[in-house]
Amino acid sequence: MGKVINIQPITRIEGHAKVAITLDDAGNVADTKVHVQALRGFEKFCEGRPVEEMPRIVCHICGICPWAHHLASSKAGDACLGVTPPPAAVKLRRLMQNIAYVGDRILHFYFLAAPDFVIGPDADYSVRNVVGIIQAAPDIAKQVVKMRQQTANMLEHFAGRAIHPTFSMPGGVSKPMTEADRKEMLPLAGELLEFSKFSMKFAKDNVFPKYLDAIKSIGVIQVGYLGTVRADGTHDFYDGKLRLMKPDGSYDDFAYDQYVDYIGEWVEPWSYQKFPYAKKWGKLNLSLDNPTGVYRTNCLARINVADKMATPLAQKELEEFRAAFGRPAHFTLLYHYARLIELLQCAEQVMELLNDPEITSKDIRVPVTPKAGRGVGCVEAPRGTLIHDYECDAEGLITKVNLIVGTTHNNAAINLSVNQAAKLCIKEGKYDQGALNKVEMAIRAYDP
Amino acid sequence: MAVNVASEWLNACSGCEISILNTGEALLDLLPQLNFVHIPALVDHKYYGQLGDGTALEIPEAVVGIVSGGVRNTEHKHVLDEMRKKVKVLIALGSCACYGGVPAQANMFKPEEIFEKVFRGSPSTDPAPDPQDPNVPPWTPTCQALDEVVKVDIAIPGCPPHPDWIADAILALLAGKTSWALPERSVCDTCPVIREKKSGGGPIKRMLANAEFNPDEGIDKMRCLNEQGIFCMGPVTLAGCNGKSGVPRCVQARTPCRGCFGPIRKGAKPMVDMMGALTSVGLDPKTLVDRRAIMNRYIGGHGYLTALPARPVR
Repeated sequence: MGKVINIQPITRIEGHAKVAITLDDAGNVADTKVHVQALRGFEKFCEGRPVEEMPRIVCHICGICPWAHHLASSKAGDACLGVTPPPAAVKLRRLMQNIAYVGDRILHFYFLAAPDFVIGPDADYSVRNVVGIIQAAPDIAKQVVKMRQQTANMLEHFAGRAIHPTFSMPGGVSKPMTEADRKEMLPLAGELLEFSKFSMKFAKDNVFPKYLDAIKSIGVIQVGYLGTVRADGTHDFYDGKLRLMKPDGSYDDFAYDQYVDYIGEWVEPWSYQKFPYAKKWGKLNLSLDNPTGVYRTNCLARINVADKMATPLAQKELEEFRAAFGRPAHFTLLYHYARLIELLQCAEQVMELLNDPEITSKDIRVPVTPKAGRGVGCVEAPRGTLIHDYECDAEGLITKVNLIVGTTHNNAAINLSVNQAAKLCIKEGKYDQGALNKVEMAIRAYDP
Repeated sequence: MAVNVASEWLNACSGCEISILNTGEALLDLLPQLNFVHIPALVDHKYYGQLGDGTALEIPEAVVGIVSGGVRNTEHKHVLDEMRKKVKVLIALGSCACYGGVPAQANMFKPEEIFEKVFRGSPSTDPAPDPQDPNVPPWTPTCQALDEVVKVDIAIPGCPPHPDWIADAILALLAGKTSWALPERSVCDTCPVIREKKSGGGPIKRMLANAEFNPDEGIDKMRCLNEQGIFCMGPVTLAGCNGKSGVPRCVQARTPCRGCFGPIRKGAKPMVDMMGALTSVGLDPKTLVDRRAIMNRYIGGHGYLTALPARPVR
């Protein structure tokens, strides 16, 4: 066996991982592995905690998508205690989720992903970053920073915290929205929508066309997809059923509490992160030529499984996207495109929700009573489907927690994409830092 | 001239880094004064060289080192030791770095119990031995705060820390200072609610129903949550979550504080002090459900939480 190339840490992602690329004697790629090195143990240390405290504990799983965990946990709590939150509570949860996701997508596109596209994949690492972006496009960067801060301010001003919220609990939310709150948010939401439209157009005019070759080559794999849709097949971030699509586009729909029948988790000795796989498709096989059981989540998966988007502008973009790339679209770098279509939908939904008369209803929480039960709560996090499965005892104290979260679903697919990209970019011992960065680009597309 | 800065995240969630980005336009003014030589969240500097062929983990020298997250495995320890060697001023950013944070709730369990649950005790997992590989760092016996492992020069607590304080501390360093600390005040000192120093008594309420308040009125017209009988950690928690002005963040949402900024001063005994605060408004601390975990939610490092049966109250 020849040398090992260690790409560590993987950068401009959230989390701790390394790529090890093993070359054979001829200098070609013999093996690749993405090692996830972090494990915190939420599934164990949540045992014993009161179920109503869970939304403000498990949000700490992720500081980029705390709202997603916060809401999945609230929904699991709703189900454990057998309560249905009032309609206005659901609308406020959805509103906060959409505002948070606007900030998240802007962050990823401009600050984490864009350096590869705007500065260039082969540029020196010292300029291929957010500081480089600020120098190359100061006006846009200023807008990005402003819009991100605006989403944080909107969340904080109303719900107290943008990061690690406390607003949602089993039974509903902690406070209603006043007319004054609503009026203050509306113009800000308008600015978010304008910037989202600008971002979509900017990417379609200036970014994607230049990188069509890269999109059609780097990290390309053909696997399945998982995401949430409403009963009528419409894309939804907050609620619905799960849809698991095969690479050929056929799919199964199932309710949250049936997830164990469809999804298994495989453990490999070389990573703390488990490998969820589609149980009904056979045993997990990570070979690049013939992968089985592998599916992806996150934006590309969601827009593949959805029959349509939930808002008009996003729907128009989906139609254009599908005309160009088909359904399901498999090119990995199309995640960046899909992310912007979702950005648009989030911004449109913020406006819709703020204009909904029911959003200012004072009926926002039903009191809950501790009782024994099980509840599976799911939402779509920016990075993929969150499955929070809780059981509690008669006192409402947690006895069991099972979590399958965002990027974990993508573990197998990321490993495949890295393998593909490494084989594409490293040949006969020849590679440079640009080639290794392209391997990382295959990871970054998943926004792990 | 720009100051070299190295930054790392260990047993962390990246919320601290997002909080830095939420500094907003002040960030753009600050950035030209900082030269990030290593920050995995944003810049592609690698430990083993840009071609991945180095043999020793290396972080460039810098004046300021910022580390978020606590220490949970041998790799965290290795990276932290390297940071300490290479920087002049080491900042512990966020409550995981300062106190262990929420992940230090794991200290209530033995590591083997946690691994058993994760890899062999979930309904969706095909049971398997614990991962074991040179590339998967073994856990340290407990989840630790940074100052349990190396010398820390400046602590910026909070989950997440408020951008005001991050900017404030960095500006102090740029001005040549070598120390910085939040003022020693409690969350209650910055909380505008109405306090009458007594509650209605009875068992301490869980958040099974919302607090009582009139949403059309400000927080200053709401009765203190502890006095409403709802457990709030404000009395023993360091102030600052609201930045330099404003209402404490959780109270803004009409929800109680859970202590995310940690104790008011080093060496404080927040559990003892909090039980005193509850007693003083006529509540019985023994009626608080899940008392040990809830009172130590963000501060489970430093031996505050252990896998042993509940230790004598400290």
